[in-house]
Amino acid sequence: MPQRRAAPPVLVTVVVVLALGALIPIGYVVQAAVAMGWDELAALVFRPKVGELLANTVLLVIIGVPATVVLGVGGAWLVERTALPGRKVFAVAFAAPLAIPAFVSSYGWASAVPSISGLWGGLLVAVTVYFPLVYLPALAAIRGLDPALEESARSLGMGSWSVFSRVVLPQLRLAVLGGGLVVALHLLAEYGAFAFLRFDTFTTAIVVAYQASFAGPNAAALGLVLVLLCLCLLVAESLARGQARYSRVGGGSPHPPARLPLGPLTPVAIIAATCVVATSTLVPLTSVVRWLFHGGSADLVGLTSATGQTLLLAIAAAVCAIAVALPFAWLAVRYPGRLSRLLEGAAYLASSLPSIIVALALVVTTIAFAPALYQTAFTVIAAYVVIFLPRALVPLRAGLSQVPESLEEAARSLGVAPFRARLRVTVPLLIPSICAGGALVALGAANELTATLLLAPTGTRTVATSFWAAASSLDYPTAAPYAIVLVLLSCPAVALMFAHATGRNLR
Amino acid sequence: MTLRLNNISKAFGATPVLNDVSLEVPDGARIALVGSSGSGKSTLLRLIGGFEQPDTGSIALDGRELSSPHATVPAHRRGIGYVAQDGALFPHLSVARNIAFGMPRAARRKARVQELMELASLDPALADRMPHQLSGGQQQRVALARALTQQPKVILLDEPFSALDTGLRAQTRQAVVDILERSGVTALLVTHDRDEALSFGQQVGVLAEGRLVQVGAPASVFDAPVDVRVAAFLGDVVLVPACLTATDAVDCVFGRVPVRHDHSGGADRVHAMVRPEQLHLARTAGPSNATVVGIRSTGAGAELTLRFGDGSSAVQATHRVPLHAADAYETGCSVSVAVNGGIVLYPGQG
Repeated sequence: MPQRRAAPPVLVTVVVVLALGALIPIGYVVQAAVAMGWDELAALVFRPKVGELLANTVLLVIIGVPATVVLGVGGAWLVERTALPGRKVFAVAFAAPLAIPAFVSSYGWASAVPSISGLWGGLLVAVTVYFPLVYLPALAAIRGLDPALEESARSLGMGSWSVFSRVVLPQLRLAVLGGGLVVALHLLAEYGAFAFLRFDTFTTAIVVAYQASFAGPNAAALGLVLVLLCLCLLVAESLARGQARYSRVGGGSPHPPARLPLGPLTPVAIIAATCVVATSTLVPLTSVVRWLFHGGSADLVGLTSATGQTLLLAIAAAVCAIAVALPFAWLAVRYPGRLSRLLEGAAYLASSLPSIIVALALVVTTIAFAPALYQTAFTVIAAYVVIFLPRALVPLRAGLSQVPESLEEAARSLGVAPFRARLRVTVPLLIPSICAGGALVALGAANELTATLLLAPTGTRTVATSFWAAASSLDYPTAAPYAIVLVLLSCPAVALMFAHATGRNLR
Repeated sequence: MTLRLNNISKAFGATPVLNDVSLEVPDGARIALVGSSGSGKSTLLRLIGGFEQPDTGSIALDGRELSSPHATVPAHRRGIGYVAQDGALFPHLSVARNIAFGMPRAARRKARVQELMELASLDPALADRMPHQLSGGQQQRVALARALTQQPKVILLDEPFSALDTGLRAQTRQAVVDILERSGVTALLVTHDRDEALSFGQQVGVLAEGRLVQVGAPASVFDAPVDVRVAAFLGDVVLVPACLTATDAVDCVFGRVPVRHDHSGGADRVHAMVRPEQLHLARTAGPSNATVVGIRSTGAGAELTLRFGDGSSAVQATHRVPLHAADAYETGCSVSVAVNGGIVLYPGQG
């Protein structure tokens, strides 16, 4: 019999404090807006430059998101439900762009085709880099669909197109909305890729403002508009989703689905799929490799030290994120209720904010309240934890809900004290989730550019910032080895995500 | 040497779950507590195990207070074994390591594990299997062997057979009763299955809406339920209006029948309860007291729906007859029904 119990006050206090910490960026924006007052804020916001940024950002989202949805869903359907030759290779290749950080891809494109720039350049790079964020959830959803549904539709006289549009697509709604939201949030938050292509969005403008006048009113006003845009997206997605829930996808289909033969369209499909792979992966990677061999002497010492510092920061971020996520997950799973949902929601909200806002907020907060922490590893790691918390929280939560409390009770009835029972039963069962979550955080942190640029201690150079320093001063050959390391660092995370989406167990 | 519960009450928020429950379980006895879902039976077990605390009342084992308003002994120091509904085997440990889990490090010997596996009728070859490789019945026996490692004075079983298939359930139940018999441990089982409760041990207790309404030997509780609700919970009943005569007998549709137990409390209007197994049918051309209103074949026999009396006071009951006797009846025919073994008297309804 499930009994609702009150959560221990210590646990609630810890989670409340952590949630408040994660909400510092929101607090910063609100505080800055209040401190400025309406007149100053209006003067900073209502000017042509901001209008231009707004138009750019909105166009980016309303063209970019549908484009990633078309590529993502189309790709997933092609590899999962049609007899496309080489579909197994394409299935992996469509996920591969995730291993190339957007700013590396844009460096690859811009250094190969210097004329690429502006809105269309930004869209080209962003869409090809981010469509896997729709492709993977769509792939998971299609794999979870019972083929019997499609067969029933066919037996009711529907053709292939009707089956796809009336049976498959509606069931992908949640995956498409979720993936589309993630893409939109990435579009708002991306700095490096757009800065490289000389395409101005709010995020790039905030960095420029920060470089010109530090965390002054201008940066804060732009930040406020960016946060509002981000909140609009969250609300829109939640309204579109309505009461529907992300249902758990079953372990597997009862029988493999019949694949749709493409017939005379086969060459068209192959050419289209190949074009996507070429623009998203082959062109940027070829360009990086070309610069690698163009360069002559590589700075191995700098590369090694940057890799070492990156790994240290990334591992520290992973450990901290797990430590922070654990109380959240514990509260959510063991003591479900309105309070735990609210606190969990706060964590997700905080991490939806663009990393530039998180970084600005931490700069302002540390200078105001703890100057000793300004530009230390602590602040960088805190930013990584806020930005990547869901990567740790989601697997931990899932893992913990697989460990029923009755196991701890059984251990206690065998004479084992509660704390030791947890240590001997619950912790070993959580280790796979801890490892998966930790790996995803570490790999995310290793590729982070925007917050790292603002927050890294003087003298600390990560692979991403070293790459950026070289690439933004147009020293392409020097940037190339760093780009390769960034891609290599991303591969394990992409493998993990791909395995998760296709229901394969890496354990 | 007894487990004693004194006036236990427990509420979750504003919902009362247990109300003034007192119970005494003698050493080495097996008792089954039966109740429908929501009757508070699992909560009672969790209170004894130490996973929840009672709001009022106390629990003592061999005179040692486990739970009282003054002090609480935590679950791991109670010496009370617990077998959960699904067995709660640790999924990351093999069978042998599950069984050895609660043993002190120095005492974790293979021989002791084998001894317990033997006691629980488990094939020694299963020792290195993981829990998910076992059948449901084997999992329950491993859980029992694991609980017995502590040499508990009392073992609690929380619906341990409900997750098993019907065939496996009876078999596992018998195996568990045999194991408990061999180990001589006091056992307390909760279940919603009346047959399971009645066949488990020396005593059965009936829980309804948080109260322990009746405790006793299974045969006597079945024979003389304290009220109609308990009677209906433990088996099928036929309830007819009756009229008490002076000489420990009643007049009712079955004629004059002796009273076995009188729970009417001296009420003016009374009802007589009989079990369908007590009914004796005869096809009759002469005076009859019932009509067959329906016949349903069950393959091995037939289930007759009988109607006693007529008009608003009519009572219906079902009665099974074997295949060879089923042909004697057809819908609409009159039968005379007699009762073997007397009736139990309750206050009149409505």
